[in-house]
Amino acid sequence: MAAADGQASPMGLGQKAWHEIVLQTLKRNDIRLVPYVPDRVLTRLIKDLHADPFFTTFPTAREEEAVGIVSGAWMGGMRGAVLMQTSGFATLANVLASLALPYQIPLIMFVSERGTLGEFNYGQSLVCRTMRPVLDSLAMEHHTATRIDEFEFIVDRSIKQAIATQAPVALILSPLLTGGKVFD
Amino acid sequence: MNSANTPSRNTKVMNRFDLTSRLVTKLKNEEAVVGGIGNTNFDLWAAGHRPQNFYMLGSMGLAFPIALGVALAQPDRRVFALEGDGSLLMQLGCLSTIATLKPKNLTMVVMDNGVYQITGAQPTPAAASTDLMAVAIGCGLTDSTWAADEEDFERLIDRSLTVSEPMLIGVRIDDKPGTGTTRRDPVQIRERFMLGLGVREAP
Repeated sequence: MAAADGQASPMGLGQKAWHEIVLQTLKRNDIRLVPYVPDRVLTRLIKDLHADPFFTTFPTAREEEAVGIVSGAWMGGMRGAVLMQTSGFATLANVLASLALPYQIPLIMFVSERGTLGEFNYGQSLVCRTMRPVLDSLAMEHHTATRIDEFEFIVDRSIKQAIATQAPVALILSPLLTGGKVFD
Repeated sequence: MNSANTPSRNTKVMNRFDLTSRLVTKLKNEEAVVGGIGNTNFDLWAAGHRPQNFYMLGSMGLAFPIALGVALAQPDRRVFALEGDGSLLMQLGCLSTIATLKPKNLTMVVMDNGVYQITGAQPTPAAASTDLMAVAIGCGLTDSTWAADEEDFERLIDRSLTVSEPMLIGVRIDDKPGTGTTRRDPVQIRERFMLGLGVREAP
């Protein structure tokens, strides 16, 4: 039986899983507020965030709603990050261009990447192709995480850069990192 | 009985600027106020700038989510959100999120004129058929009420300053445009707001 979606095993003993790295790095950077629109790949991370009283985490109806919430919280002195999947990111062009970027809000996004490396839904693969062009057209910082050995560095440095420069960042979680969602 | 196209409401048609001014006059404890896109924040600006005001220049529909974020970050500060009916229609799901989280310090006001005033006063899809307070109650925001008139609005605002659950106040308003125009400088708006909330220190 294959490993559950998104829960790819670490490379060796003692190596942390990607979702453990996300949770610990959020905590180390005092990011307490984590609204999300769920994805299968994010299941374990969401479960662990709910189980940890350090975090205030809850589902929202839409991704832009979550962006609004963490933007308000940041202005009120509380750091946040938003979890979503690729198709959710595709709903965000307006709020990125009219809230996060012009108001210089350090919006931190984790995007579980659907639509590539074994996608089984054509619509998902098409919407995935809009993601990086939207990020590039807005000149937004983004990284695609593919390797567990680089992951903590990418997450930690990207969070610190977003806050220091008051600029949004998108961290795209590749199936190469997470195992992705498997067709069965 | 009213005609089939007109919901039977006994609420007075009021004015956005007048109501916003009445609200602002009551704020004595550095309460935060988030003004939604367009006329809603224009009238908040025109009512007299306060350091604790935030003005949206885009992101239609996000006044309540932004205010929720402020309320979660600063649970000891009362937070008000002013939103238009057309804007709220874009983000009805946030009513469920707020009902579930039950912030003790969030008061929401819907300015309902039934039209997209700023784009030419076209009717919203809800204007002829939807009771937004009934929608909110259905979402779990049980303390959701239409204000009957200005005096009732002030009574509801007074009550909201003391309650410990989220409250939504609906006001029917006329189709007048905003009274002023917010200075469109997003970074300055955000920085002043953070100073007003005590998150930033004055240079």
